[in-house]
Amino acid sequence: MTRDKVIVAHNLVKTFKDFRAVDDISFEVEAGKIFGFLGPNGAGKTTTIKMLTTTLAPTQGTILLDGHDPQKAPLDARRSFGIVFQDPSLDGELTAGENMKLHAVLYGVPRSEQAGRIEAALKFVGLWDRKDSFAKTFSGGMKRRLEIARALLHTPRILFLDEPTLGLDPQTRNHVWEYIQTLAREKKMTVFFTTHYMDEADRVADEIAIIDRGKIVTRGSPAALKENAHTATLEEAFISLTGHAIRDEPASAKDRTRAMGRIWGRI
Amino acid sequence: MSIIYILWLRQLKRYSRSRARMLASLAQPLLFLFAMGFGFGPTYQQAGNGNYIQFLAPGIVAMAILFSAMFSGIEILWDRQFGFLKETLVAPVARIQIVLGRTLGGATVAMIQGLIVFVFCLMAGFRIQNYELLPVAAAFMFLIAMLFAAVGTTVGSLIEDMQAFPLIMNFLVMPMFFFSGALFPVRNLTGILHGFLRLNPLTYGVDGLRGALSHGFAFGIVPDFLLLGLATLVLLAVGNYFFSRIEV
Repeated sequence: MTRDKVIVAHNLVKTFKDFRAVDDISFEVEAGKIFGFLGPNGAGKTTTIKMLTTTLAPTQGTILLDGHDPQKAPLDARRSFGIVFQDPSLDGELTAGENMKLHAVLYGVPRSEQAGRIEAALKFVGLWDRKDSFAKTFSGGMKRRLEIARALLHTPRILFLDEPTLGLDPQTRNHVWEYIQTLAREKKMTVFFTTHYMDEADRVADEIAIIDRGKIVTRGSPAALKENAHTATLEEAFISLTGHAIRDEPASAKDRTRAMGRIWGRI
Repeated sequence: MSIIYILWLRQLKRYSRSRARMLASLAQPLLFLFAMGFGFGPTYQQAGNGNYIQFLAPGIVAMAILFSAMFSGIEILWDRQFGFLKETLVAPVARIQIVLGRTLGGATVAMIQGLIVFVFCLMAGFRIQNYELLPVAAAFMFLIAMLFAAVGTTVGSLIEDMQAFPLIMNFLVMPMFFFSGALFPVRNLTGILHGFLRLNPLTYGVDGLRGALSHGFAFGIVPDFLLLGLATLVLLAVGNYFFSRIEV
């Protein structure tokens, strides 16, 4: 492994009972790159992110995050990344500032640096003047920005974004991507994201991998992907690679956890 | 330490900001105190057992703590559904710190609820027999709170949605309350029901609290303390085990 490969996944497999959600995938992401991980619903994107971010144990295969194996050294691996989940993960009963403070303490940000970093991160996403508002009063876009600010507090080397622009209006989506591109450029942060918006992936990603039915079907720069598929847009390339059939997937994260609960035979 | 503290503080902030929850979880113990206390009081007195409020009040305080601590633990369910749980699970901290922070927070909230109910008991006519035993009473309150916050953590880690909640209330919480000697003397139950009562850790909490505040100990202060303390440690370990197995 060379030093500049910040994310390395090797022969990753995840099975739920007899269903192979992720079926032997391997990829590497170089430091400072923006990596788009695309695929239809139920293709295995979120399962892969969960394995990368230590909340789900792979059935087989290995992962290295900034040189740390999430299974063997979960705490070191967790220190190396920040994550913005698909669904909000804020405490609505706490203020924006309190959510930030809690994160800073959880990630061991030195006490003397906490206030300064919180201020800088909140200013970066334009929420500094709302630091005393309860998170539950924020709109979807503000919540997302707060979560991005929070994920940056411990200056991670990797930022995971699971559909960061889902449900946001075009203005907010553009803002969010501007922040993210600035981060990758200025802070040399590696960004790993998923999205269903192909135009966004085309615009911001340095490299894209398309996953379908648990397998990576293609990898490369957006330009290379379009060229190989002989299509004008990434969306057409995506559809030509993954087909027109509409995929079924449980509607929400809640349904997914319940489905998983049933698989594991819990109450 | 700072991690346990910040998670403890979070529980307290949530509690102090939710007046509705505070009132709702006070209603049931107070209903029991006034309805049972004044309803059965004369009968209890005629049977030659003395003042029923003096007997009942420590049981009601224990009940308030039991309910409040269980609810705090089960808050894991809400955190799971509203997403905040993930934030703590991907943080670079040992699960045991999260469990301890949450459990201590839930236990502190439960203690406060118990103290509020205790003040109502004093207003209903309860009289403290031994002021020098008040620290002992506080220690028992804390152990009850920790024990059931740990039970709540276990339950909250195991169930995934609120539909299982009535099940927990009817098959775990209410039986533990009724078979704890909170409402009637433990010697009233015999046979298998007495067996239930002796297996129920809350029994020793109620006895310890009642012993310290008014009536003297049925099982003795040392057995009460050791059995309750042991149950608390075991449940903390169990809660930590199941919490560590959560995958989101």
